[in-house]
Amino acid sequence: MIFWYIIAGICGGIIGGMGMGGGTLLIPILTLFLDIEQRQAQAINLVAFIPMAVVVSIINAKQKNLDYKSILKVVLPALPASILTSFAAGKIHSSVLSVIFAVFITCLGVVMFVVTLYKCTIAYMRKCKEEYTLND
Amino acid sequence: MENKCKNSTKFTLKRDFEAAQEGKNTVNNGKNPNRVEKIGKVAKNILTIAVSLTVGAINGLFGGGGGMLVIPVMTLLLGLEEKKAHSSAILTILPLSLVSSLIYVIRGDFVLKSGGFVTAGVILGGILGTFVMKKLSNNVLSIVFYAIMIFAGISMLVNRI
Repeated sequence: MIFWYIIAGICGGIIGGMGMGGGTLLIPILTLFLDIEQRQAQAINLVAFIPMAVVVSIINAKQKNLDYKSILKVVLPALPASILTSFAAGKIHSSVLSVIFAVFITCLGVVMFVVTLYKCTIAYMRKCKEEYTLND
Repeated sequence: MENKCKNSTKFTLKRDFEAAQEGKNTVNNGKNPNRVEKIGKVAKNILTIAVSLTVGAINGLFGGGGGMLVIPVMTLLLGLEEKKAHSSAILTILPLSLVSSLIYVIRGDFVLKSGGFVTAGVILGGILGTFVMKKLSNNVLSIVFYAIMIFAGISMLVNRI
């Protein structure tokens, strides 16, 4: 079992490290394959994110890749909201929470899928246009 | 320092442009473009606050997923470039996750037996992921990832029913 816990973590970590939101995949892996309760999976995801985020942020800060003003603009309203809902999550049963979460990631997946497909098409069309003008 | 310089040149350019526009518009239709821009700015700020509240709420309720929503805020509303938006999103979620994880851990939702190993795996995978990122094409990977996400969501729903 320990082996599978580590494997699940590595899968989520790879995707997180690529900057695509590892949590949205780590939680379903934990609940679907390893029979961990939804709220426990969420707790694991929260805790597991912290060391990675600290290391990555230090690297990003050194490379001057951070915009602190924008970060503050988002964090200030988001922080009280997340505190409230973190307490609220404790009041909701894990089975209900997992259904809400499943609906959330399905919707988010569909939206992001369409957006990325759109971006690809635009990029491809631009490339074609460039080639066309070059050949001209 | 560099940023400040850029902003100031942009600002003066913008102001000149506005001044020129203002002269034109008062003749044409009497609308003040300064005012229009101000309303746009206020709307953008309100939208930023509203989406930030949603991001926080989702991150607390689901213990994740906020990062994906922060990126469009950073790029579309706050005007950051893609790479900077990605790295800033991580630092934005860090304090949220820190506070939320404290609440979850104190409540007793974090089981060390399973959670400890998964966390170790995530750290390992995270290091691997940053190396992989440089080698693979991003868009193709994203589409595959979102397809898996949809699949995972649907299988979670089917599991419940």
